[in-house]
Amino acid sequence: MRSTFLRWLVCFFMGLSLPIMAQVTYPLNDVASPKSGYYAFIHANIVKDAKTTLRNAVLIIKQGKIEAIGQNIPLPQDAIVVDCQNKFIYPSFIDAYSDYGSAPVQAGTFNYRAPSQMISNTKGPYAWNQALKTEVSFAKQFVVQDAKAKDLRKMGFGTVLSHQMDGISRGTGAVVTLAKEKENLVLLKERASAHYSLDKGSSTQDYPNSLMGSVALLRQNFLDAAWYKSKPAKEGMNLTLQSFNEQASLPQIFEVTDKWSALRADKIGDEFGVQYIIKASGNEYQRIDDMKATKASFILPVNYPQAMDLEDPTDARFVTVAELKHWELAPTNAGAFEKAGIPFALTTNGLKDVSQFLPNLRKAIQMGLSEQKALEALTSVPAGLIGMSDQVGSLEPGKLANFLISTGPIFAEKTQIVENWIQGNAYGQVSEAWNDVAGKYSLNIGKDPFSLKITGEAGAYKAQIIGKDTIAAEISQKESLVNLGYTSKADKGKKTRLTGTLQEGKWEGTGQLANGDWVSWQAVRESKAVSDSSRRMPAKAEELGAVVFPFNGYGQKTIPKSETILIKNATVWTNEKSGVLQGSDVLVKQGKIVQVGKGLKDASARVIDGTGKHVTAGIIDEHSHVGATGGINECSQSVTAEVRVADVVDPEDVDMYRQLSGGVTSSHILHGSCNTIGGQTQLLKFRWGQTAEGLKFANWDPFIKFALGENVKRSYNTTNARFPDTRMGVEQVLTDAFTRAQDYAKQGPGKRIDLELEALVEILQHKRFITCHSYVQSEITAMLRVADKFGFTVNTFTHILEGYKVADKMKAHGANASTFSDWWNYKMEVLDAIPANAYIMQKVGMNVAINSDDAEMARRLNQEAAKSVKYTGMSEEDALKMVTLNPAKMLHVADRVGSIKEGKDADLVIWSDHPLSIYAKSEKTIVDGAVVFDRELDAKLQADLKVEKQRLVQKMIAAKKGGASTRPAAPSFKAENMCEEDHNHGKSLWDRISHRMIITEN
Amino acid sequence: MKKIFIIAVGLVSFGVFAQETMHPSPAQSKTIVITGATLHVGNGTVRTGTVVIEKGKLKIEATAPTITASMEHIDATGKHVYPGIIAPNTNLGLVEVSSTKSTTDFEELGEIHPNIRSIVAYNTDSKVINTLRTNGVLLAQIVPQGGLIPGTSTVVQLDAWNWEDAAYAMDNGVHMTMPALINRPNNVGFRRREVESDPVKLGLERIATARNFFKEAQAYLNEKTHAEVNLKYEACKGLFDRSKSLYVNCDLVKEMLAAIQFANEFKFKLVIAGGADSWMIGDILRENNVAVILSEPHSLPATDDDAVDQPYKTGAMLQKAGVLFSICQDASDGYTQQRNLPFQAGTMAAYGLTQDQALQAITLNAAKILGIDARTGSLETGKDANILISSGDLLDMKSSQVTHAFIQGRAIDLANKHTQLFDRYKYKYSIK
Repeated sequence: MRSTFLRWLVCFFMGLSLPIMAQVTYPLNDVASPKSGYYAFIHANIVKDAKTTLRNAVLIIKQGKIEAIGQNIPLPQDAIVVDCQNKFIYPSFIDAYSDYGSAPVQAGTFNYRAPSQMISNTKGPYAWNQALKTEVSFAKQFVVQDAKAKDLRKMGFGTVLSHQMDGISRGTGAVVTLAKEKENLVLLKERASAHYSLDKGSSTQDYPNSLMGSVALLRQNFLDAAWYKSKPAKEGMNLTLQSFNEQASLPQIFEVTDKWSALRADKIGDEFGVQYIIKASGNEYQRIDDMKATKASFILPVNYPQAMDLEDPTDARFVTVAELKHWELAPTNAGAFEKAGIPFALTTNGLKDVSQFLPNLRKAIQMGLSEQKALEALTSVPAGLIGMSDQVGSLEPGKLANFLISTGPIFAEKTQIVENWIQGNAYGQVSEAWNDVAGKYSLNIGKDPFSLKITGEAGAYKAQIIGKDTIAAEISQKESLVNLGYTSKADKGKKTRLTGTLQEGKWEGTGQLANGDWVSWQAVRESKAVSDSSRRMPAKAEELGAVVFPFNGYGQKTIPKSETILIKNATVWTNEKSGVLQGSDVLVKQGKIVQVGKGLKDASARVIDGTGKHVTAGIIDEHSHVGATGGINECSQSVTAEVRVADVVDPEDVDMYRQLSGGVTSSHILHGSCNTIGGQTQLLKFRWGQTAEGLKFANWDPFIKFALGENVKRSYNTTNARFPDTRMGVEQVLTDAFTRAQDYAKQGPGKRIDLELEALVEILQHKRFITCHSYVQSEITAMLRVADKFGFTVNTFTHILEGYKVADKMKAHGANASTFSDWWNYKMEVLDAIPANAYIMQKVGMNVAINSDDAEMARRLNQEAAKSVKYTGMSEEDALKMVTLNPAKMLHVADRVGSIKEGKDADLVIWSDHPLSIYAKSEKTIVDGAVVFDRELDAKLQADLKVEKQRLVQKMIAAKKGGASTRPAAPSFKAENMCEEDHNHGKSLWDRISHRMIITEN
Repeated sequence: MKKIFIIAVGLVSFGVFAQETMHPSPAQSKTIVITGATLHVGNGTVRTGTVVIEKGKLKIEATAPTITASMEHIDATGKHVYPGIIAPNTNLGLVEVSSTKSTTDFEELGEIHPNIRSIVAYNTDSKVINTLRTNGVLLAQIVPQGGLIPGTSTVVQLDAWNWEDAAYAMDNGVHMTMPALINRPNNVGFRRREVESDPVKLGLERIATARNFFKEAQAYLNEKTHAEVNLKYEACKGLFDRSKSLYVNCDLVKEMLAAIQFANEFKFKLVIAGGADSWMIGDILRENNVAVILSEPHSLPATDDDAVDQPYKTGAMLQKAGVLFSICQDASDGYTQQRNLPFQAGTMAAYGLTQDQALQAITLNAAKILGIDARTGSLETGKDANILISSGDLLDMKSSQVTHAFIQGRAIDLANKHTQLFDRYKYKYSIK
């Protein structure tokens, strides 16, 4: 039994391994051959779990389970004994996020020019929405895919939690082992988990076509499932909802593609009392404190961004510093979780090539992850997350015989996995590593004595034959067979080829010399190679960039904080009765304006000399689409009142910083205008560096976007199949929606909570307010009459370019107006837009604002307001109010912002010049007393950005030189959210380049 | 009596209402003398003096001539006189409503068609034109798009009955669209196709196609007579004799370098239109005598990392590098937005140019680039009287008020559809 050859034999059998546990229900086509699968692994370093290692210990397994572990325990007579020669035994790894055994999932499509698909194509008693696949039970479609299993086993995995990665609600996952057995035997747990994402996957249905639609769908699904418990007759049997309820007690795993979506997922969970386990994206280290605050456990991928080829500087110019920083810092993700004390497991998910798992994990270890945590994240933590701690995750009697044998500590660089045992069967990995053949041998070839020196590890041995000369030899080993080849100097290029077998310390065989003579040879090991204790990779003292907030070129290590500020001797545009004050001071404390006047003093204040400068309230943009992600239009239905911009705020949109440089401090982020009743809006304060929640304007009246006219009737889509197709239909969509909402409000307890109708009921109850995209006078009047009929006021007409024609009607109704200064003629419904529109509406007595609806123009709203001075002779103060106080009024926040008044929020702009002048620049933009844009600081940020980017570019070039794989440099252009599906005002470079790509067909 | 007055006013305003009743002005008959104004010459300088307009031409004099009854005198004391603004690289008059296809006439099918002439589709009755004049835009270069070589442009003056009247410099530019020489982004859905092609490789192939075309044209034009006339080659004649410039629409450094190499190969006069990244290669542009028509200073920075004010200061960087440059508004709404050209220039003045350098960019520089500087672009004796008077700083919307404008000496009507609709609704609501 000590014979190595026998051990080879054992392995050989295992490779072919007949199942030790046959399925008794299956008929036999042979004689019965019962097996016990009884093995004793001796002389092993057994890592029972991340904290316990037994030296020189014994592991006994039987029938696929662990029977005993310990030092000095008796060996059963009938067990096959395997001498591990000081090798290491670990519990096999667990991947809690796998699609192993799943059929490939097709990508879904959405083409708004194609006819609408309003309901699911899934046949059967299921949900209305094709992205809700809660009824899917992965176990029922699971098939063993040994090619994939093999790759995972190679990386040390023995068990996976697998599910069908398709849709927003994905059904249950199953725990299976990676054994090459009949499905019945590898399936450990049929219903182990429930899975979710924000990606509609293969669904071809229109809804949802935006991230906010995905969130809304999930939210409604929670409510529907709760309602379904009452067995509503009207719904009949809905197996999707039924499944959702049945799965409520399972671990709930939510996959996200970005750190912000991790927070989104957690927030949805909080709304419904669910704590999701979050399958992370890999950039969560950028907001680690926020991740911790979710109290979630995470499943982390180790798929780091591939380096780019940045040899060409003009290509590198379009790779953002944020992307470069992430490339550098992605391997710190797991370490950051450990440091923050957040529980996490690791997954191979996201790797294009599973064989990169261990190398990438080692990189994470080099960059701060401890080996103990790494092991826990592959064993006990995932076992706990998926409720399998009784069977896998550590080596203990009674658990599955899922373990791996490695040549050394598992995360050390040169360690090899010799075998991966799953359910008591061995899967050879680097079987050659059973026998470390490295060492010094006496070699006799025929009668000639040599020395043979072998270094390295299995699969990568290097050999030298030392006689008169020292000659490098080729060595190849496969199981117990070995080949040596060399060319001595005297042989003039001709090669001697030896073949033989190896047994412990002794090789022998035959060969052919360079001259063609056959010869016998023999090698006897004289000494083993000294095992290299420095085989672990040293932690690299690598220079790493800082995590900045936001994580882009204009972020800082610390987020600007509220200060005590005294602006002295400026021209102060109060927007109050006091008008424009010359040589005046403004004192700001704790985020508020505390005093306005002359000769103010405060010893603790940072004093800003305002001599020659102008101070105004921060600009408020009533209509914008920046700072939101995942699509600003949920176009799939004509009424989508349930979707919320609040769910998709993007706190890192550089356009916010750009607009701060133009004095914008608050911005009303609207749903787009592709449908009649769009989504719920979100008022933001540009607190640059904060999270989505930190950006939201607190305690404001909720609003919703409506739209009329060409966009909602899809005038530029010749195949539109979505009702309505005319302004006549638009009026009916509105009337119908509010009629349904009225009926809904009358329903008694136990009704299905419908988030779409809830939002409309809020409008009817004057708790939610409309900002309505509108252009021509007919539709404006129609909207007014619908509102009159249902007893609410249209709070704001936005765009409203023909507002001047019906200003008297809007005034009588009580509406506000928010318009453009001078846009016109880009589509039929703006043919009569005129620059005097704002002025006329104001003269008629309406509260009028100028908005941007454009990421570029928002930087110059003060100048857009000034155009009314030019075109109509509006007073300068009135003009400025159109971008400050008036929008504050129409957004119901004039008690806090919009003017410079004691007690109001310190949202201020210090201008270099008259604030309506083309020459005016914001020198400082202050939000809640924090200086969030400072022109001097901006210059420094730009200089720092240049240095940091150059460092990273050089590092990436060096990585390429050092052998890192690269992809061609791909530019990152910013996608601006567009109000409309069709018309693009085209002010970004990408718009210009993509247009040329189309024209010249490249 | 009051009632009668209101009706009278009403009649008057309705009398001038519809834009359809506005008409181009007749040729100048009286000598016009403008006195007391600050003269913004258009070449970067300011002076005092008297502007005399005779038979459509300018005379700038240090002192005022004796005003006779046969003259029309405009006392512009405290006001400013400027050269008319020139709008280069625009599809004005080729499009009325950009999103409504039947009103667009600027993108022809096919790949190479220098023979396509913008002027024949130029609609002098576009409602947009008068809105531009009101803000001082008096000339424009009408440019076709579509394909690799979209066609030939003409400079027009904006007070005309028809396109033949409008033509100011006929068929004097040929336009090329440089294929984009950059990879597809990894973060923006590409609109037209999903294919994983290499746009740089394809782009270089397209450039080779254009090069071959010009080689063939060059060879063809070496011979005087031809058994078969090739309209496309004929249309390139002016490029080879340098009576026309080649305008290459591109933005990125590599694209501009490719354009320069291309133009040098054929000894073309080159103008870059677009030039977002031109600030990176100012020295190269100057050394190669390449002019730039910068697209919209009011643009977003090219990348997230660029300075927030980069497009604002690109003009100043080109000025410093000694590059001849103008600006244009060539985005999809550019044709209507060109009334903001003076304010786009004003922004450049806020970010590094002097106000008169910024003015020069939209006047004399544009005239030089378009090859019409001998006739217009500045307040200089002998040039066409394409000028305007503003009561305040023309570049600042806070004060810009164009009170008079002249094209070839004709005092033009500064009303437009917008002023007329304004009047109409002032009447409705009794706004004074």
